[in-house]
Amino acid sequence: MVSIIQSPLVQHDAKQVLLPSPFHPRIEQHCLVKNWMSWNGYQTARVYDTLASEYFAIRSSCSVMDLTPMEKYRISGPDALSFLNRLVVRDVSALKPNRVTYVVWCNDEGKVLDDGTIFHLHQGEYRLCSQHHQLDWLLISSLGMDVSIVEETHEVAALAVQGPTAYSVLSAAGFDGLDQLKPFGILHTQLDGFEVMVSRTGYTGDLGYELWTNPSNALALWDALFGVKQRGLYDLRCIGLDALEMVRIEAGFIMPGDDFNTAETTVRAGHDRSPFEIGLGWVVNFDKPHFTGKQALLREKDRPIERRLVKLAVEGNKPPVDSFLYDGKKGRRIGTIKTQIWSPILKANLAMADVEYRNGKLPVQIWAEIYYQKELEWQVTWAQCRISDVPFWTHPRRSATPPQNC
Amino acid sequence: MQHYDTIIIGAGHNGLICATYLAKKGQRVLLLEASETLGGLAATREFHPGFKAAVAHTVSHFSAKVARDLNLTAHGFDSPMVPMPTVGLNAAGEHVVLTGIGVDAEIIGVSAEDAASYRQYRQLLQRFVELLEPFWLKTMPRVGDTRWSSLLTFAQLGLKMRLLGKQDMGEFMRLAMLPARDLMDENFDSELLKAVLSWDGLIGSKMAPRSPNASVLTLLYRMSGELGGAHAIPSGGIESLVQALYSAATASGVEVKIGARVGRILIQGNSDGLKTTGVELADGEQINAARVVSSTDPQRTFLELVGVENLEIEFTNRIRRLRCDGYVAKLHLALDGLPNFTGLAKPDGRMIIAVDMDAIEFAFDDAKYGGYSQQPVMEIVVPSLRHESLAPEGKHVLSAHVMYVPYKLKGGWTEDARAALCQRVIDTVAVYAPQIKAQILHSELLTPQDLEQTHQVTGGHWHHGELSVDQMLMMRPTYEAAQYSTPIPGLYLCGAGSHPGGGLMGGPGHNAARKILE
Repeated sequence: MVSIIQSPLVQHDAKQVLLPSPFHPRIEQHCLVKNWMSWNGYQTARVYDTLASEYFAIRSSCSVMDLTPMEKYRISGPDALSFLNRLVVRDVSALKPNRVTYVVWCNDEGKVLDDGTIFHLHQGEYRLCSQHHQLDWLLISSLGMDVSIVEETHEVAALAVQGPTAYSVLSAAGFDGLDQLKPFGILHTQLDGFEVMVSRTGYTGDLGYELWTNPSNALALWDALFGVKQRGLYDLRCIGLDALEMVRIEAGFIMPGDDFNTAETTVRAGHDRSPFEIGLGWVVNFDKPHFTGKQALLREKDRPIERRLVKLAVEGNKPPVDSFLYDGKKGRRIGTIKTQIWSPILKANLAMADVEYRNGKLPVQIWAEIYYQKELEWQVTWAQCRISDVPFWTHPRRSATPPQNC
Repeated sequence: MQHYDTIIIGAGHNGLICATYLAKKGQRVLLLEASETLGGLAATREFHPGFKAAVAHTVSHFSAKVARDLNLTAHGFDSPMVPMPTVGLNAAGEHVVLTGIGVDAEIIGVSAEDAASYRQYRQLLQRFVELLEPFWLKTMPRVGDTRWSSLLTFAQLGLKMRLLGKQDMGEFMRLAMLPARDLMDENFDSELLKAVLSWDGLIGSKMAPRSPNASVLTLLYRMSGELGGAHAIPSGGIESLVQALYSAATASGVEVKIGARVGRILIQGNSDGLKTTGVELADGEQINAARVVSSTDPQRTFLELVGVENLEIEFTNRIRRLRCDGYVAKLHLALDGLPNFTGLAKPDGRMIIAVDMDAIEFAFDDAKYGGYSQQPVMEIVVPSLRHESLAPEGKHVLSAHVMYVPYKLKGGWTEDARAALCQRVIDTVAVYAPQIKAQILHSELLTPQDLEQTHQVTGGHWHHGELSVDQMLMMRPTYEAAQYSTPIPGLYLCGAGSHPGGGLMGGPGHNAARKILE
């Protein structure tokens, strides 16, 4: 038995191409440069005022980002756990209520479809958040199981509050009990009489929380947070997707669809990627009885992978946009830069790159061929690259419980 | 705890054949049958006191190699069999009668032109039958498999096609998926002859003369074997074939258990992947084995016995999408005497009621939309003429395959719906055998849903899944399970849902055993 409850259609003006988020009345006021883009169909700010001030809000004070457009699915029913365990490569049996875990899921060939997080909301009831729309795959996966899958993207308003002073801001806004909330923990609480779920999760590598509530409470939640700033207690700023891109690369988080081709969108053979090929072998649990892609991934033991997604620090100050990578200056081509940013805090060019992985070894030397413009004239230069095994940037604050009072 | 090398689920002919091959190679084999009788859809059962019938009422292309390998003659199966004439019934008694095998084939009741065309048509098809013959008993290569043996199978098919000569090769490519209607219209004038000849490409499938798919291929499949497409009833009946298979199985050491319904196939998963460890019976008893071979249909095997939690998501979806709805109902009549068909001396043939191809097509049209035709088309035999013990002395059994009776009837298969169809079928038979109604002692009509219930076959489908191009050869039942092995180590398929398909042929059972013994 599969029960599918249809999400009520979100009503909006046909002339309005992009959906306004429940926070939109406030976002519109904060977004000075009107640099909008679509994120899953929602009108989302790339930049609010200046990229630098947004970036430093995340790294030095406190940032607020509208997470509502993120794909969210409610998964419940008698087979919810076995459904999830068959879906994702990680063992979800170990996920206790009020805990969150990072997961990826694969097709039969063990190639990654998407990544996301599973929130164990209450005993036997889960929320799956994903980067891309996954309803089709989830419904196909649920055939033959007694599980309910409800897309709740539009029914849950969410904000990410991230940065060194995130804990202090939330406490000042009236949230109690956050001091004991550990990383990847969930707290069901109330603010001014309405329900808010707080999870200590994020995409920045620093201390941070995500707040989840009914859309009808969205503006009250927003006002409670920005009231802290109005009262002159702490600074906080809205951040757009451009600033997020900078901190997520610093923190070493990958972006399906940008850093690697997801299996569903791959046309040419060999251009999709297994978890091992994108450096996520650590989330694969071969000990659990079964998951989709397991047999294919076990076969990788006999037929080793040949490509790896790596974190790359690129020397110099020229941005290695879309650069080809070589095994030496003017050497043999061995890879490509996928995404890259300039990290103000590390004063370095940081990148995610797909490189050759021969006989279980990463290349000894990697050189990037960088094209850049000087007064409308193209120049080329070579920069040596260094693979980083660990995130480029992290902070002990991220995991300290109780959080340091900043 | 008992331990076997192999447990086989389902004692239909394929399960019996596979079990015997394995036991002959020294394996300890346990064959489990859910019902109380052996033979699956070929099981003979009493439908009225003193009257018996089997759903599969004739044999047409049972593999001579299997009969030889298992020495079935010594176990009581009279092979080769005497072919029955195929009769296209005409209400006025002007029937079309086909007799003989291969080049000796003869035809009565058509024009001289049609008779001449028929001989040429038979000769052409016979060349194609011989081209394909070796491949029904071969494991089809896995797509993307570059092993020498697999490439050889492809190369062999290519070479055989080339050896047909340029013209025949072109014809084969053209005909393979031609709608039956075009093939018939190209060759013949007699509407009744066209209907009769197209019948064998269509029966058991969801196809009609105008359907472009695999009707010519399935025709060639049924024409394989010694009878060249003719049908026969062994002197001891279908029962004697099942009995011979059972006797061969037990003689080679197969342990057979009836009334042993498998509740699930036991799968264990650890860091090395999945492994089949045995089965659990419906009563909870667990039996261990190194491997499990299922002759039940692919949907039942994977979705019910294995369970989706042990399967990959895309694979599960392909299994769920298999087209398994049966379109053939079965009529059994207990008769007080031998039925008299207008213009037939003796109803000892395989009699087809379909006046022309449109009659078949229109009956199919009704079924497509969830109804059944008021002019049903069917194939009739009187098996008690050949196999006397099916009925008390002087009395007879009439057995009919009624085509285009949908598994899912609009409004459902209620008692009333079944009775109404049964009456409609009897009325139709009475057009050709006017006195038959007075002879009927008892009638039974089994819809595809009844067959599903009584024979544990999804959709009540003869072939455990439509025998169409997308579900044939290296795609039968679906890729990753088309070489008898499955994605789960230790679990194999040996039923009609695997290449080459159903019908009393034995190919899947034979091929699966060879794959296991590789």
